[in-house]
Amino acid sequence: MAKRSQAQVTYVRRGILDGLIAPLLALNALLAYTFLYLPIAVLVLFSFSSSRYASIWGGFSLEWYAKLFRNPDISQALLNSLLIAAATALIATVLGTLAAVGLERFAERRRAAQYDAALTLPILMPDIVQGISLLLLFVLVFNGVERALDWRPTLGRTTVIIAHATFAISYVAVVVRARLSGMDKRLEEAAMDLGANEWQVFQRITLPLIWPGVLSGGLLAFTLSLDEFVITFFTSGPGATTLPIQVWSMVKRGVTPEINALSTLMLVASIALVTLSVMLQRRR
Amino acid sequence: MAMPQMSPRSSARMQMWCLTPATVWLGLFAFLPLGVVITISLTERGSPITWAFTLRSYARLADPLLLTIVARSLWTACATTALCLVIGYPLAYFIVQRRPPLRTWLYFLTLVPLWTNSLVLTYAWMVLLRVDGVVDQAARWLGWLGTHDSLNWLYTPGAVIAGLVYWYLPFMVYPIYGSLEKYDWRLFEAAQDLGATRVVAFFKVLLPLTWPGVLAGGLLVFIPALGNFVVPQFLGGAKAALIGNVIQERFLSQPQDWPLGSALALVMLVLISLAIWAYFRFAHEGDAVG
Repeated sequence: MAKRSQAQVTYVRRGILDGLIAPLLALNALLAYTFLYLPIAVLVLFSFSSSRYASIWGGFSLEWYAKLFRNPDISQALLNSLLIAAATALIATVLGTLAAVGLERFAERRRAAQYDAALTLPILMPDIVQGISLLLLFVLVFNGVERALDWRPTLGRTTVIIAHATFAISYVAVVVRARLSGMDKRLEEAAMDLGANEWQVFQRITLPLIWPGVLSGGLLAFTLSLDEFVITFFTSGPGATTLPIQVWSMVKRGVTPEINALSTLMLVASIALVTLSVMLQRRR
Repeated sequence: MAMPQMSPRSSARMQMWCLTPATVWLGLFAFLPLGVVITISLTERGSPITWAFTLRSYARLADPLLLTIVARSLWTACATTALCLVIGYPLAYFIVQRRPPLRTWLYFLTLVPLWTNSLVLTYAWMVLLRVDGVVDQAARWLGWLGTHDSLNWLYTPGAVIAGLVYWYLPFMVYPIYGSLEKYDWRLFEAAQDLGATRVVAFFKVLLPLTWPGVLAGGLLVFIPALGNFVVPQFLGGAKAALIGNVIQERFLSQPQDWPLGSALALVMLVLISLAIWAYFRFAHEGDAVG
């Protein structure tokens, strides 16, 4: 708020509660940040403790990280997660970018509004409903395939990739559209005027200009896929354990410092990815 | 010379090429599956799909145990939303009033948990609250608790709500911060110049004009909180099951009951649609006032 001159201040009526507002706001902020960061800080702290118990300090140690790196389940889960995230990012970036360009540049207004509603469905739909609905679809398709070919496909990395790409398309489309709407249309029109056809304009003008948006959309899809748990839970099979699924099954077996170490690494990876994405979005 | 324009025909062709892939994908994997859920909810219970149509799953929803769980889920989601608002609005207000470098940092700090794996966030609360956990140790150190006693906070409804608020607070702060940032603060000052106290100015001028942000935040918290099954599973124990837990169990644990699980998922969607309907209704009323 702008500073008032002394003369103005005299006109402002002060309520009884007014003097309390600023300290209360500061206190609320302090408590809120403590609430947000204390659990994370404690989690990270105890990943470096030598104690067997995840909440008792036993002196500094890296043994839980060492144990983590020797665990073959973890490296397999990491590999699965990275493969799934890469494939998801690829599919979602291509389909989401195309949809964004189509909506922002070629669709009529009414059509675009209907399409917008369809695109927000995967963002608004609770993940558990997306998970069970895809599980049901896959099982029905598998039943059909089994009857026709006498061979039954199973839930695995492919089904998880399909599920992740479905919600990631919408997020990529939102990010790329934001970039497109801030872009000068006249550049494309000038290219048209100089005799380029639509594909040439798309390839040589539109795509290079929206590239930072496309990259950050792809990175967002990658990050979302890495972190996704609920939809994966319903659409993955025994051979397609991802890191969050691994965390889930470890926690169900009991709280251990090894989970703290894994969580800490996932935390660091997420923060790194987000920072990268923010930097990409800021690039002009 | 006329403005350069694409011919309507080539524009229509581009629209088709750009929109068809995503349309087909979303049709197959977002909309068709919803139809499947509705269909399965109308079938007979059996291993796990039996093709005989019946409305029995919906009749079985009247089970008092299930109704209790639905009511508990609604209450939990509402309490979570209310708490996120009570903490989130003043927090967003506090951040908006800082000067730019600090403001940007504080804002960024509220978003970090949003990008952190939600299982990790929930697990962190287990480390804090479990028997002999960090909270117990702190209480003992302060002398509030005997050496072998525990506060027993894990596996309580309070722990579930704390975990949910923790998970969704950024979703509330984000839209409220957005609407406060766009807000014309001169209106607030004008109200004060005209004799309103800050508290009155807040309720009469600031809150109504940032109401769309509040409603959007409420929706963004309420919808996912209603279906969350991770928090009640980790922090709530057996007696705190919510709709999400029942759906998950009916699908993945024995005895499976996919029709009942599907019917419950549809009940949840109806509740959420009601929330979205209320959102649009109240958001537009807000427009009329503003």
